[in-house]
Amino acid sequence: MQITVLSGKGGTGKTTVSTNLALSLPNVQFFDADVEEPNSYLFIKPDFADKSKSVLRKIPEVDQEKCTSCRACVDFCEYNALAMLGDEVLVYPEVCHSCGGCKHICPEGAITEKDKEAGEINWDLEVTEELEYWQGKMKIGEESSVPIIEELKEEIKPEKNVVMDAPPGTTCPTIEAAIDSDYCILVTEPTPFGLHDLKMAVEVVEELGKPYGIIINRAEEGENEIIEDYAAENNIDILLKIPFQRQIAELYSDGIPFVEELPEWKEKFQEVFADIQAVVE
Amino acid sequence: MKIVVTAADDNGLKAKLDSRFGRASYFAFVDTKDDSVEFIKNDAKNASSGAGVQAAQTVADTGADVLISGNIGPKAFDGLSRTDLEIYSGPEESIQKVIDEYQLGNLEQLESATKSAHAGLN
Ligand code: SF4
Ligand code: SF4
Repeated sequence: MQITVLSGKGGTGKTTVSTNLALSLPNVQFFDADVEEPNSYLFIKPDFADKSKSVLRKIPEVDQEKCTSCRACVDFCEYNALAMLGDEVLVYPEVCHSCGGCKHICPEGAITEKDKEAGEINWDLEVTEELEYWQGKMKIGEESSVPIIEELKEEIKPEKNVVMDAPPGTTCPTIEAAIDSDYCILVTEPTPFGLHDLKMAVEVVEELGKPYGIIINRAEEGENEIIEDYAAENNIDILLKIPFQRQIAELYSDGIPFVEELPEWKEKFQEVFADIQAVVE
Repeated sequence: MKIVVTAADDNGLKAKLDSRFGRASYFAFVDTKDDSVEFIKNDAKNASSGAGVQAAQTVADTGADVLISGNIGPKAFDGLSRTDLEIYSGPEESIQKVIDEYQLGNLEQLESATKSAHAGLN
């Protein structure tokens, strides 16, 4: 079972939901796929200093001896990672998306590929008996986080309860994180902006055809209607409301997952999980 | 001499210089022999990826001798420096004025990129 936690934009409580959910369940494999800014480690506190590996991707290399400056590769690359300047093909590794196309298009066989480090993966197989932790981190200067998320997903163990913290937004990296999941949790806040971003996230999961539900973070009586009305109109489940409470906010800023201090919340997350299981099965 | 100026609009020699190299709307291609000006639309303006690289390619392909712009990112600058183009930074004034200043020798020639990779807009 894989659950992906998403939000239309950052800062809505995606990490709060995913880390607290992970800490409430048995047999969990947690993935921080928010690889541009992974921060779940602040709450889960894994020990992964010596457990890391590089994620490599292929970038083209042009043999200038063989190259006839025909420009076929430059015209082909839709990401503008190649340019013909001063009679030589110039490769811009940060812009290249490693699609491999230019190598095939070159009529002279002048293009080969070499490895470039795109990022890094860290893990801790035993944060607790019930929790295994994985994190991807993109290298600064890289343009696409997708190769790292792809590599992270290779580590998924199907027999585990997988909780994945997806990158915020609605573009390729978020889709990459959600595409193989069994269920998506959309995290939002009861504000007009929250609703706006929620609608964008709903479009993504509808497109992917995944079952999904909403968790309202910073929930407040009198404010929640904006999300509740939308959910009712569109027949979307609201799985949980995490109240706007001083204690929860303080625990967050101290890096303490609130389920650790408020055990009754563990039960609530377990109920959420049971609801999700019922939907998926 | 053939000069390319990054331009915000295509209003002949009255068009204004646009200081954003990769995201400028037009490239004004001026031939100082007869002061003719031709505008090339910058297709890279809305490119999601590699705008600076594509703009550098467009400018290099014009075969101009001189480029006058404002902020040029490191990727584009690195590419342009492999060509014979001389690169200058000009004020956000009309192209006529920019060319006059260039011919008077008042513009600064750029030897390196004017902004770092993290400024974002390249
Ligand atoms: S591998 Fe693809 S993205 Fe990279 S330079 Fe070649 S064509 Fe462009
Ligand atoms: S396609 Fe091959 S031969 Fe043509 S410019 Fe590119 S590298 Fe050179």
